[in-house]
Amino acid sequence: MATETARPPVAEGPDAQHLTRDDRVELLRYMLLMRGIEERAMNLYRQGKVPGSFYDGYGQEAVSAGACFAMAPEDRLCILHRDLAAHLIRGVTPTRILAQYMGREGGITRGRDGNVHFGDKEVGCVGMVSMLPDMMLVATGMAMAFKAQGQQRCALTWFGDGSTSRGDWHEAMNWAGVQRLPVIFILENNQYAYSTPLSQQFAVNPVERAAAYGFPGFAVDGNDAEAMFEAVRQARERALAGDGPTMIEAVTMRMHGHAAHDDMKYVPKEQVEEWRQKDPIERQERRLVELGVDVDALRAEVKAAIDAATEEALQSPMPDPATATEGVFCTDPEPDILGDGVPRWSGFLKGA
Amino acid sequence: MATMTYLQAISDGLRQEMRADQRVMVMGEDIGVFGGAFKVTDGFIAEFGPDRVMDTPLAESGIVGTAIGAAVVGLRPVCEMQFSDFIACGFDQLVNVAGKMHYRQGLAVPITVRLPSGGGFSGGPFHSQNPEAWFMQSPGIKVVAPSTAEDAKGLMISAIRDPNPVCYMEHKHLYRRIKGEVPDGIYETPFTARVAREGTELTIVTYGAMVHTALEATEDLDGASVEVLDLRSLVPLDTEAILASVRKTSKVLIVDEANRTCAAGAEVAAVIAEHAFEDLDGPVTRIATPDVPIPFSPPLEQAVLPSVDRVKEAARELLAY
Ligand SMILES: Cc1ncc(C[n+]2csc(CCOP(=O)(O)OP(=O)(O)O)c2C)c(N)n1
Repeated sequence: MATETARPPVAEGPDAQHLTRDDRVELLRYMLLMRGIEERAMNLYRQGKVPGSFYDGYGQEAVSAGACFAMAPEDRLCILHRDLAAHLIRGVTPTRILAQYMGREGGITRGRDGNVHFGDKEVGCVGMVSMLPDMMLVATGMAMAFKAQGQQRCALTWFGDGSTSRGDWHEAMNWAGVQRLPVIFILENNQYAYSTPLSQQFAVNPVERAAAYGFPGFAVDGNDAEAMFEAVRQARERALAGDGPTMIEAVTMRMHGHAAHDDMKYVPKEQVEEWRQKDPIERQERRLVELGVDVDALRAEVKAAIDAATEEALQSPMPDPATATEGVFCTDPEPDILGDGVPRWSGFLKGA
Repeated sequence: MATMTYLQAISDGLRQEMRADQRVMVMGEDIGVFGGAFKVTDGFIAEFGPDRVMDTPLAESGIVGTAIGAAVVGLRPVCEMQFSDFIACGFDQLVNVAGKMHYRQGLAVPITVRLPSGGGFSGGPFHSQNPEAWFMQSPGIKVVAPSTAEDAKGLMISAIRDPNPVCYMEHKHLYRRIKGEVPDGIYETPFTARVAREGTELTIVTYGAMVHTALEATEDLDGASVEVLDLRSLVPLDTEAILASVRKTSKVLIVDEANRTCAAGAEVAAVIAEHAFEDLDGPVTRIATPDVPIPFSPPLEQAVLPSVDRVKEAARELLAY
């Protein structure tokens, strides 16, 4: 399925070489946090506490967790709508995320934008816009700035299979290829774009098109957090070495409807069943159990953190209507630019 | 002080600001080695190098989108659209990504988008537009439109220094036709209106190339005292200056080169109707290009663009009202 131009495909499976035992536990922790927060938010949605619509990334947790874990604090990200674990790894607290979903003052956008449409500038992230895949160009531009200034940094963004049909996808792929930019593109192939299957989206898999833009594309098991980590770690090395962009296809499955309202009748039951067997969290848990990790204790810890965050988020006030027209323009002539994330991977801690 | 064309003044503003601030870069199609379709960045690549004077692929969404990415990590990109008409291909990035960013997440997007606009030389339907009103309807984007060489330079510097996305409308018909004294070094022109000529009997509110049309039409209009207000900035719109002038003269003619419906002048008319109704001694009158694509052939183009004669005629009617 995958095409590669410069290197052999990324090996799948556990990455014993670069991940310590603690790293592997952390990967599980962030996947559990993502799933737990999204499940909690869905409950809040059903209680009428989350306005608008609600989107989640159930079953896709490994894609954002594994990829973001490999990104350094000084790197920059544009995070998409099924990638909550990336926000958590960068350092956004569960409380602020839950407040965000509920349109509260304490959310990242302070009620200005909804659900997953956020990015915390303090930790180096730009929130997505609805128009897909616009953020590919923004990530490309970050990488362009890094290269122009001779900085050893990398940009990363995710996008869905559906969004590869739009023109901005081509413009970003082409631009990044022409300028050999330090950017990583992750195709989150979850088999559907809303109700549209891959067969009606493209004739040639986008990862195979990477070679035509002059850089490698690899397919990775998107339900394996460690394989995702290793693919991105290598892509980042390539980027910092001046070898240009990499595209990674994370092969996965959207296990819930497009959004809360969607019963996904159009998806065959067998397909969902087949993917249920490949659940990324259970997979990581099996690995850790073998290593003697107390997975139940970790689950309890995560649940307690989400309970506390929920309480706190519910205390956050709704935004003041009198402020609705404020902040359209920036008034600070020297405004803050994006800040750094938190180093999570042990490899960054060693380097520091 | 030096005498410069409008085009040289734009270049000078860009060059001075690039010398003063390492973060400033220019990017666009054919702007580097070739110096730009209109030569605004001629010689820049030799002085600043290809990383700060970037020849890009033919991709307007790409130009605006990557400029946004570069801006949020600390650069101050100035993007050139080869012709303002092509911003239609970069509209989404500008309106949805750049324009809404600060409101949504408090992240500033200091980019300047240069839009060579306007008609008058058989550019036809795709090289003659005045798309400024598209962006007046898009929250979070400022829009400026200099009419003189001095303001072309000062507004360029102010636009780059502004922490928001700014559409810089540069009128192609002024590039080499308009000359003026331009101060040396760095100076900023505020995003406010300017009285291009003082008068007491009638106000003409306009901007860009139409400032010169209005000045010419009323230079000697049967001895009438006509004030010409050059808006310079459309977002923010200097409503104080508009109302002050209208209160003084009690009669107002609004001239847009853009298509009539919902043009900048329509907003000016609304502001006057709302806030200066009692001060008026005649109907708020508008001249604009009718709602047609700008035709190619000279007699057709001249038939739709506001002319000196049309402005004269409308001004006379209003003065006699
Ligand atoms: C340009 C654009 N058109 C339409 C939509 C509406 N829409 C939202 S998500 C979606 C499907 C996206 O599919 P994909 O890119 O595969 O991502 P996924 O949701 O499956 O993760 C659509 C059509 C949109 N967001 N952007």
